Amino acid sequence: MPRVVFTSNLQRHVSCPACDAAGETVSAVLEEVFEREPQIRGYVLDEQGELRKHVFVFVDGRRARLSNPVDEKSEIYVLQALTGG
Amino acid sequence: MKLFVATRKGLFVLNQSKIEKPHFLGDPVTAVLREKGNLYATLNLGHFGVKMRRSSNDGATWEEIAVPAYPPQPKSDEKTPWKLVQIWALEADPAETLWAGSIPGGLFKSGDRGATWILIDSLWRRPERAEWFGGGYDHPGIHSICIDPRDNRRITVGISCGGAWQTRDGGETWGLASRGMYAEFMPPERRNDPNIQDPHRIVQCASRPDAFWAQHHNGVFRSTDGSKSWQEVTAIKPSKFGFAVAVHPGDADTAWFVPAVKDECRVPVDGKLVVARTRDAGKSFQVLGKGLPQQHAYDLVYRHGLAVDASGKHLALGSTTGGLWISDNQGESWECISTQLPPIYCVRFAD
Repeated sequence: MPRVVFTSNLQRHVSCPACDAAGETVSAVLEEVFEREPQIRGYVLDEQGELRKHVFVFVDGRRARLSNPVDEKSEIYVLQALTGG
Repeated sequence: MKLFVATRKGLFVLNQSKIEKPHFLGDPVTAVLREKGNLYATLNLGHFGVKMRRSSNDGATWEEIAVPAYPPQPKSDEKTPWKLVQIWALEADPAETLWAGSIPGGLFKSGDRGATWILIDSLWRRPERAEWFGGGYDHPGIHSICIDPRDNRRITVGISCGGAWQTRDGGETWGLASRGMYAEFMPPERRNDPNIQDPHRIVQCASRPDAFWAQHHNGVFRSTDGSKSWQEVTAIKPSKFGFAVAVHPGDADTAWFVPAVKDECRVPVDGKLVVARTRDAGKSFQVLGKGLPQQHAYDLVYRHGLAVDASGKHLALGSTTGGLWISDNQGESWECISTQLPPIYCVRFAD
């Protein structure tokens, strides 16, 4: 099952420990996580269902979109872009 | 005297001239409201979006509540994304309904202390919204929400840049309420268009609710007929540009402003931070600087950076360079609380 890791900076605002979740795309895996922990959704996606402007997703070390496929052993990292100050 | 100070790096509370331990240290706080037993704060986390927090014990603990959300955006050539960028105004009416003004221009209300929010569709779907544009931010925003103390169905909102709009039926229908304002920044044929005005801040007098004041992008305006019409107040000095305005809750003829040089040079005139006060409905102004920095001051005071309390006696002033001053004599003299706070977005008395 793919593994999802959230930036530690998000932990300050909402509980989001690393977890395993099923799915064939980044979007499907994240949806599974949001189903378990609904409060995380609004921190990662905006109300139009898109990744927030300053949130990046990496799959196995490569920058990815929500529609990108993932496999059973994928590691999905949800990071904040280093914008703002 | 208790004052809330919302800044780019947290929410500070001033209690009897002492700054208490900050809330949300490091996070931008764009608006704050105390309504009955609840304290509300809106955060703009940048990376992780806009959030709202509520406290029922004066900030001892906070809980996350819902944020206003825009509905799914229909496919069109509209350039404004239907996404919440910032809560710019937060008010409550006597029925405890919360009203939130936002960038990119949506007005929302909540009847359950922020558990759920409803977009005021009747304003959002107005065809005139296509003509609004950003003022200071990329997209237009509602920064002022004036709820008539005589009738909470009468609400006037100020939009940069979309003029002023008013409802008399609790938000069912809306009409433009910025006639008489003019925009120097527009081509001549659009100069008087009420829908593209940039009122930086609009306030309503609590005891005489037909009296409004506006600090507009290019001048000060006043209305005495419930914002049906506005007249320019030209006696303002030392300059007519600024963001903030406060009106005495018991005297509609008394109002305060914080002038800056002009739009392309947003600093105090001659490096002296001053407050301009009128006590005669704008016929004349006193320039008040006692206790404020009078040399090399480059403080700018944003839309919500000036506040008056319910007595009309105490004032608070917070600047973009982290200066905080209070006055207990209507601005005659000021006491400096700090010059080292984070950039201040909003000051608000707890009363």
